[in-house]
Amino acid sequence: MFETELFREILDTIRKNKLRTFLTAFSVAWGIFILIILLGTGNGLRNGVKHAFSRDAVNAIWVSGGNTTMPHAGMQPGRRIQLSIEDSSLLTSIPDAEHFSPRQNMWSLSQFTYKNKFGTDFGVRGVGPEMVIGENLQIVAGRFVNERDIAEFRKTACIGRPMQAELFEGKDPIGEWFEINDVSFQVVGVFSDAQESDERRAYIPYSTASKAFGYARGIDQFVFTIDQSSQAEATALEGLIRQRFAEQYRFNPADLRAIWVRNSYEEYSKVMGLINGIRIFIWMIGIGTILAGVVGVSNIMMITVKERTREIGIRKAIGATPWNVVSMVLFESVLITTFAGYFGMMAGIFLLEALSGQLPAADYFRNPEVDLQTALACTAVLVIAGTVAGFFPARKAASIPPIEALRDE
Amino acid sequence: MIELRDIRKAYTMGQQQLQVLKGIDLTISEGELVSIMGSSGSGKSTLLNIIGILDGYDSGDYHLAGHHIKDLSETKAAKLRNQLIGFVFQSFNLVNYKNAMENVALPLYYKGVKRAKRNAMALEYLDRVGLKDWAHHLPNELSGGQKQRVAIARALITEPALILADEPTGALDSTTSVQVMELLEEINKQGITVVIVTHENEVAERTNRIIRIKDGLIIPDAVHV
Repeated sequence: MFETELFREILDTIRKNKLRTFLTAFSVAWGIFILIILLGTGNGLRNGVKHAFSRDAVNAIWVSGGNTTMPHAGMQPGRRIQLSIEDSSLLTSIPDAEHFSPRQNMWSLSQFTYKNKFGTDFGVRGVGPEMVIGENLQIVAGRFVNERDIAEFRKTACIGRPMQAELFEGKDPIGEWFEINDVSFQVVGVFSDAQESDERRAYIPYSTASKAFGYARGIDQFVFTIDQSSQAEATALEGLIRQRFAEQYRFNPADLRAIWVRNSYEEYSKVMGLINGIRIFIWMIGIGTILAGVVGVSNIMMITVKERTREIGIRKAIGATPWNVVSMVLFESVLITTFAGYFGMMAGIFLLEALSGQLPAADYFRNPEVDLQTALACTAVLVIAGTVAGFFPARKAASIPPIEALRDE
Repeated sequence: MIELRDIRKAYTMGQQQLQVLKGIDLTISEGELVSIMGSSGSGKSTLLNIIGILDGYDSGDYHLAGHHIKDLSETKAAKLRNQLIGFVFQSFNLVNYKNAMENVALPLYYKGVKRAKRNAMALEYLDRVGLKDWAHHLPNELSGGQKQRVAIARALITEPALILADEPTGALDSTTSVQVMELLEEINKQGITVVIVTHENEVAERTNRIIRIKDGLIIPDAVHV
């Protein structure tokens, strides 16, 4: 079979039925257009959520002190549980615990001075070297706080990009000294964070923080990451942490306010589960819309075959094999769905591109887009849809007996 | 050329079995010009369909140009039709959205001949039936006689061994009927076997042999005119 000949033969018949072909094509194009828009929206949601979670490592567990709300072992409720650096051992011994770091929040520190520049809308956190993982930071220049800084109580700081821009006026700040509430620190690195509000910070060694600003041995928070595969036992893990701290600080393990345990991954996987659910739902709606288009194509092809009964009979009489007839109908269907679908897909992608340029990036929605993989999947869906749509009409056409078709009234 | 041995064929109409052909024995040699006559319901159309490999039969044997035509797959039947037989119908059966040239060229499409070549050949055959100037006209722009001549050109283009004509003049006036018959006679003179099904005596009388069929059987005394 000469494929170009078949193609010409089909184009000839399509040309004869312009309006009908257009209407059929439109239903398919519309289906794909809707599918692309929906998928793009789904991806927008997904991107938004991913971005929202990218401020911290998604597999991080945060532990901080709280106040007891239940009487325990003869002690009154309302007791403050102040974590200390010694508690590290309670957490580092947890299976699969990695990238452990304490954190001092130091809310009271707010005065930042460099030469004659002065800033107040920044924060300071006393951290360990592994906090670069916990906070999901990218080091843009220099380095982060390291072990020697901790051990030697060095006055070093890794600052966020806004601080570099505002306090140091964009100059290379590494090696420069600046003051936090009259204590001098030397800049050793610059970092960036996906969350803008988390970028307006300076990270300093937690040991230095305690010593220089009089925090004694208290620690506000611990963070560590655990293997994502062991996240399945996240709830059990939280129970284990609570149990260990309850023994150490003598509070009721059931007292959920005595210490705070936040498992980012649990939230992350919950939201991602929801988003994936939405994506499946979107595909279902999309496929449904395409299916409606396919049924339309199939219907119209069926009528076409009926109308062309006599012509198909003639073709068979003069030597068309069943496969000749089947391929003629089938390829016409595939041709219409693929062209129309491609058109709808392009229209959808252009609209998404235009929208993603216009829409502001919201917390849970950004960059509605369709990736190559989705586009390829859509193309596959189209070809399959075209084949399915053409199948029944083609079978009907092939079963037309030539004598019936040619019988004179 | 054509050899039919004890061909039987029945149709089932609802509950009833209708025996249409009750044992046809018929031999048509190469180069003959034959007509098959019979009243409607005599089984002549069924016979034509069997000869044209458009329909099967229940029992008997049919040989066409050395091929045993029995229980063929649709694909095989289509190939043989394309290769051996040219059809001419009462109602012309041209494809209405194709012009005369494309209609004539259509059998060659199924033979796998390239577009340029088959269009050139189609023009040649249209010229032979005197319609070269009408090559780019659609069927509805042609008269009945012209349409039938286009159909004959289409039947000839694959250079078949056999032309089967089913009431070729049935839809034409007497003048054009004569023209069409002359054309078929001329084709026969070139050595192609022509079988015409008709109920018109004027048409039958122009053929070399008339086969009369009645109630599914050939009437034996009507072999020669």
